[in-house]
Amino acid sequence: MVTWSRFNIASIVFGFAFLYLPIVLLVIFSFNESKLVTVWAGFSTKWYVQLLHNQALLDAAWVTVRVGLISATVATVLGTLAALAMTRYTRFRGRMLFSGMIYAPLVMPEVITGLSMLLLFVAVGLDRGFWTLTLAHITFTMCFVAVVVQSRLLSFDRSIEEAAMDLGATPVATFLQVTLPVIAPAVFSGWVLAFTLSLDDLVISNFTSGPGATTLPMKIYSQVRLGVTPEINAVCTILIGIVAMGVLVASVVSRRREIQRVKDEQAAFAL
Amino acid sequence: MSKFGSAIFNRLVIIIPYVWLTVFFLAPFFIVLRISLSETAIAMPPYLPVFNLADGISGIVEKIGQLSTANYEFLASDALYTNAYLSSLRIAVVSTIVTLMIAYPIAYSMAKAPTSIRPTLLMLVILPFWTSFLIRVYAWIAILKPEGLLNQFLLTLGVIDEPLIILNTNWAIYIGIVYSYLPFMVLPIYSSLEKMDHSLTEAAQDLGCTPICAFWRVTFPLSLPGVIAGCMLVFIPAVGEFVIPDLLGGSETLMIGKTLWNEFNSNRDWPISAAVATILLLILVVPIMFFQHAQAKADGEGK
Amino acid sequence: MKSLGSIRRSFAPWADPASVPFIAVRNVTKKFGNFVAVDNLSLDIYPREFFALLGASGCGKSTLLRMLAGFEQPTSGEIVLDGQSLAGIPPYRRPVNMMFQSYALFPHMTVENNIAFGLKQDGMPKPQIAERVDQMLKLVKLDKFAKRKPHQLSGGQRQRVALARSLAKRPKVLLLDEPLGALDKKLREETQFELMDLQQQLGLTFVVVTHDQEEAMTMADRIAVMAHGKVIQVATPPEIYEAPNSRFVADFIGDVNIFDGTVSAAGPGAVEIATEAGFKVRLASAEAPAVGTKAGLAVRPEKIRVSRDKPSCAPLNAAEGEIWDIGYLGDMTIFHVRLKDGKVIKASSLNAVRAVEDPLGYDQQVWISFDENAGVVLKD
Repeated sequence: MVTWSRFNIASIVFGFAFLYLPIVLLVIFSFNESKLVTVWAGFSTKWYVQLLHNQALLDAAWVTVRVGLISATVATVLGTLAALAMTRYTRFRGRMLFSGMIYAPLVMPEVITGLSMLLLFVAVGLDRGFWTLTLAHITFTMCFVAVVVQSRLLSFDRSIEEAAMDLGATPVATFLQVTLPVIAPAVFSGWVLAFTLSLDDLVISNFTSGPGATTLPMKIYSQVRLGVTPEINAVCTILIGIVAMGVLVASVVSRRREIQRVKDEQAAFAL
Repeated sequence: MSKFGSAIFNRLVIIIPYVWLTVFFLAPFFIVLRISLSETAIAMPPYLPVFNLADGISGIVEKIGQLSTANYEFLASDALYTNAYLSSLRIAVVSTIVTLMIAYPIAYSMAKAPTSIRPTLLMLVILPFWTSFLIRVYAWIAILKPEGLLNQFLLTLGVIDEPLIILNTNWAIYIGIVYSYLPFMVLPIYSSLEKMDHSLTEAAQDLGCTPICAFWRVTFPLSLPGVIAGCMLVFIPAVGEFVIPDLLGGSETLMIGKTLWNEFNSNRDWPISAAVATILLLILVVPIMFFQHAQAKADGEGK
Repeated sequence: MKSLGSIRRSFAPWADPASVPFIAVRNVTKKFGNFVAVDNLSLDIYPREFFALLGASGCGKSTLLRMLAGFEQPTSGEIVLDGQSLAGIPPYRRPVNMMFQSYALFPHMTVENNIAFGLKQDGMPKPQIAERVDQMLKLVKLDKFAKRKPHQLSGGQRQRVALARSLAKRPKVLLLDEPLGALDKKLREETQFELMDLQQQLGLTFVVVTHDQEEAMTMADRIAVMAHGKVIQVATPPEIYEAPNSRFVADFIGDVNIFDGTVSAAGPGAVEIATEAGFKVRLASAEAPAVGTKAGLAVRPEKIRVSRDKPSCAPLNAAEGEIWDIGYLGDMTIFHVRLKDGKVIKASSLNAVRAVEDPLGYDQQVWISFDENAGVVLKD
């Protein structure tokens, strides 16, 4: 039996304190009465109220959400296909290059990705704006989706696909009726990841977007450069809240399902 | 018919993402390379020559003749750029090592945690990764400022007499990188430790190794794939990092990502930025291939 | 050279009150939270003994082995090895080595380095390590595989590396956790005999944990049958098989028919039991339970005869029934005979000749019978 030593507990506590303390402080100071984000002057939600009247910020938020929804959805389709290609077809011409193009964007410095995509759009004469922004987001998020889905596919029991085909399902039908339902949770978490990555991105967006397509991170960035204000803290808190809610709901749903599955199994055995 | 259909389906699974990535990820690098060999011009796009299919083959050949390596010569001659590259590499190496030293005990302790709480711990490590990078970096400004929370705290405790100057120094950059990239280091190490057979360390102890010796002789060597993956996941993006040096670093901080951004956004010198990006890519191409190779191998083992 | 059997036959230190146990487990209890894995257990193991802990999974046998190795500390009680208490001694300071069920070979080291690992920990000089490793490789017939990594070996080869590694330090006791569990049947049988030879050759004490009774019967000098953290019986394989001390042991080891009944007469050297199946049984028995007490009677299938004709001993030790099922196994045939009261009895008979003229068939009326010394009385 493994023992959890005092060292282990200390590492975890310090590690998580380091990870969460800055975020917690940021959230706390978004409710600060004072304009200073370092001196507590009493509780207030006035910065949130003020946000509602900041039309530029609301516009940016709306752009961000639209780009996120579109790019996450397309990236999920592309990323899932890429994951299938990677796991199912171990040998095809240019596979090395293909896997390189999947993994490289995960670590590629954003300035390079952003600059190169911008130069592509200029070279082919696309006007920078909402759609170039969306294309760029699709491209860099699809690789994350591909990696998430791929790891699920690697542990996938192929014999259930063979069973489906044995029973007369075509490959397309097999994919839609058997494979996809099984990997659906991974595909869904791929989508959520792509959406949040799109929501958060600053550098690539800054290169590839144009007039009228300012995203929330771009807006926040330009304000941060002018100084730290509780208003930004409030925006950040809302963004963190949305993401945390999303992750929480997703994990509660998956845990419920798991519990239900275990219950069903026990019921089945009891019969 | 169905056979024909399935063949097309199989093809499309590969072709669609392949073409997409080739057009939007790979091709742009060649455009970057091409533009890095051009001259700056006051026009739109702000560089010369501009290739145009209308020029015909002779026109394109003539324009290829106009390409020059002048930008690279400029980069080499200006110490600003060389220093920026070197300082980026140094900062990335140091931060990677520090991140590893902080992340390893966390990952190790998580892997030793009771199985019931492991999913929760894992989620807590992943969660910051889902929240905006920009926000997490921004959060540190208020903490590290001279009148910020850290200094208030230390002054109250009496540890220091006057505020530490951390913000706008390289210290702040190190803190920012370590903080932002910590989950990237923890996760691969955790996953390599978690799947390790516990009886291996028991076997080492059974054969006369103390727990510490068993760690260094068995556990650590076997977690190396995770350590390498984690280091790559931190090092490569850290070299080209922009947000952290821009928000936390000072004016004297040189990092190549910031230089590139400034060349592009402030100086509007596209060819120079393209040249900066090309060289950065060349520096990173070996670690990236290394990373891809390790990753592909890890996935292969999962089969 | 003496055969293994002749050495074995004379080896019985447990029967000699003067011999001193090598490993003494004294009232050891191990709890995990509220779960009692090992319950006030005492056990003596003698030098050069091949001792098996046999039981179903969860019976506490592995926990006991891990306490011997030092991976678990007893909640109470004491383990003494060669006169020295093991309390508080960590695994890396114990003169025992363990062969793990998963083998636990270090995947990043060659076969050679795996075997040398323990020796290096002792700070043995390099030339001596090389010599010992060589010797161990020859012992397990793997000298050609010294430079291979574990993943380049077959299951059987890995098993032998694990064995060589745990033997390299010449431990006082070798602990083996399901040593043959991962091998296929044929290899397992071969390896059983190899392990026995090796143990004789090296003169070591082996403690093996297994859930496979055949394995335990073949290899061990003595077997401890365990259940719910307790030892039910410790005895040699023939004793365990022929004279189980309880219904549990009789049932756990091999096939058995158990008849319940009441003692109707008890004389010197013999007992009579009226079974619930409706016939009387007379058995040779050293002990004489009181008349009127409930008793069980265990008879192994191979000791039951099946015949068409009424046996001479009838009505004692015989009953009528019909053949319910026949299983032909090649070397023997197993009959399921249904008695009048509906109880189904298992009987097996050796197929000593190739073809029987008029074999017993389904639904035939038959008699079952057995000798006075074929069965054993169970008191519980």
